[in-house]
Amino acid sequence: MNEKTAWERLQIIRDKDRPTVNDYIPLIFDEFYEMHGDRHFGDDAAIMGGIGRLEGMPVTIIAEVKGRNLDENKKTNFAMPHPEGYRKALRLAKQAEKFHRPVICFIDTPGAFCGIGAEERGQGEAIAENLLEFMRLKTPVVSVVLGEGGSGGALALGVCDRLGMLENAIYSVISPRGAASILWKDAGKEHEACDMLKITAEDLVNFGVAEAIIEEPNGNAKNDLDKIAENIKEFLSDTLIENCKKDIDVLLEERYTKFRKIGDFIEP
Amino acid sequence: MLEDLFKVVTTRFNGNEKTDKKAPAGNHIPKDLLYKCPRCRNVIFEEEYLAVNKVCPNCNYHGRLTAQERISLTADKGSFVEFDADMLSCNPIGFPDYDIKQMKLREQTGLKDAVITGEATIKGSPVVMGVMDSRYLMASMGSVVGEKLTRAFERATKEKLPVVLFTASGGARMQEGIISLMQMAKTSGAVAKHSEAGLLYITVLTDPTTGGVTASFASLGDIIIAEPKALVGFAGRRVIEDTIKQRLPDDFQLAEFLMEKGFADMIVERKKMRSVLSHLLKLHGYMPEKKD
Ligand SMILES: [Zn+2]
Repeated sequence: MNEKTAWERLQIIRDKDRPTVNDYIPLIFDEFYEMHGDRHFGDDAAIMGGIGRLEGMPVTIIAEVKGRNLDENKKTNFAMPHPEGYRKALRLAKQAEKFHRPVICFIDTPGAFCGIGAEERGQGEAIAENLLEFMRLKTPVVSVVLGEGGSGGALALGVCDRLGMLENAIYSVISPRGAASILWKDAGKEHEACDMLKITAEDLVNFGVAEAIIEEPNGNAKNDLDKIAENIKEFLSDTLIENCKKDIDVLLEERYTKFRKIGDFIEP
Repeated sequence: MLEDLFKVVTTRFNGNEKTDKKAPAGNHIPKDLLYKCPRCRNVIFEEEYLAVNKVCPNCNYHGRLTAQERISLTADKGSFVEFDADMLSCNPIGFPDYDIKQMKLREQTGLKDAVITGEATIKGSPVVMGVMDSRYLMASMGSVVGEKLTRAFERATKEKLPVVLFTASGGARMQEGIISLMQMAKTSGAVAKHSEAGLLYITVLTDPTTGGVTASFASLGDIIIAEPKALVGFAGRRVIEDTIKQRLPDDFQLAEFLMEKGFADMIVERKKMRSVLSHLLKLHGYMPEKKD
């Protein structure tokens, strides 16, 4: 793997030709039926969900959807979900639990949407509920960051047994732009902030947040769509083969411990 | 992360800054120290404001308390025993000036980080209590806040105690990078275990509770109480205004808005808080401990 800076990786994942979940689904899954709506308010196209087959095994798929052009992005709100998107995700995850299907989450968002409707409908509560419920969801959960892992909006699909990151993907508590504007009162210093925040796949493996880095063909997913889809599929199957064998109580305790041990503090 | 929350609400109402600088350094409280309410802009003497436990007499905005003030208003006198008092955060991503900033804050506030946790009784009922203090980096959640709260929930689960948390926060702590974000999952996991044990968790949302804290343990109480006019939301006001290119109404994201939208059970005034908490605890069977 070559040594790119976080900033260089950010440019790669923001490239309009970067493959999105819509490119991957037909290559990874044998069948896919999309399911709509949170059953309370509406259907948020920023999060897509459904049922498919991975190597013959029924799975539930939940994904944040970046558009491949402006029209698609208008529809999916540039992958910035509203509360009903997170609630749809939870509904489908609970359905998966009922039918003993593993859950696969694809993360790719600049963050949860910031707007009036999102606040009125409880953006914070929706994300919080997902964190709590995914933590105790009695079925294996595996997540992959495809591109941008933007803060709480990403974590809402990121409470899992195993997290994989595409080689150039990033995962951050705050957008580099946001950090720059708070830190230096200058959003233009995005570049410096980006390289400082430690948000690359390698950083996240070092912090124990991610378990695997999924290699992109010749350093960029767009170079070979079939190959990158194959790599993602391999990560998913390997993880699920292993985790489906485990007793569910053991798996849940491991999931709790994975997050429980993250923290950097001293007790003098 | 919500820089618009860093409002200086205590101000010297003098009109001439230079006089201040020349004033001799005495240890008496200056008579000109005034408090300006951030909600209604009403100005009163600081002394008067403190006497009413930081509640604006004009609009009933419930101002920010220090953790110590909150503990003395809530817990039975002398009952509070602190947990993990010495825990300090590190600097996992090597964030510039983070260590220096914290050293200064520790000196200024006497706090070690943004939350104090411990065991106490409220009118006799035993509880595990947590109080966030916005003076410390806007009570943002990093490793120490996450770890202390997680341990508090784990301890409460083990000892079959209810948890009462007074939340205030600017969100996840940017300075500790992704590790801060993970504290949201960690604390929510601990809440889940406490809940599965059939134990009561009461959240009291105080001004301001935002970002990653709203999006984790603050929204997960069995009962969610808010203080009058407390700001509670996910996104910062300025961020939303920049997105929608218009000014938001003044009451947007205040406690009353939250209750109207269905995200808080009740709004409770500070002077009644201790009594309401005590009744709710008793309704869930947490009775005063009998003394032999
Ligand atoms: Zn007022």
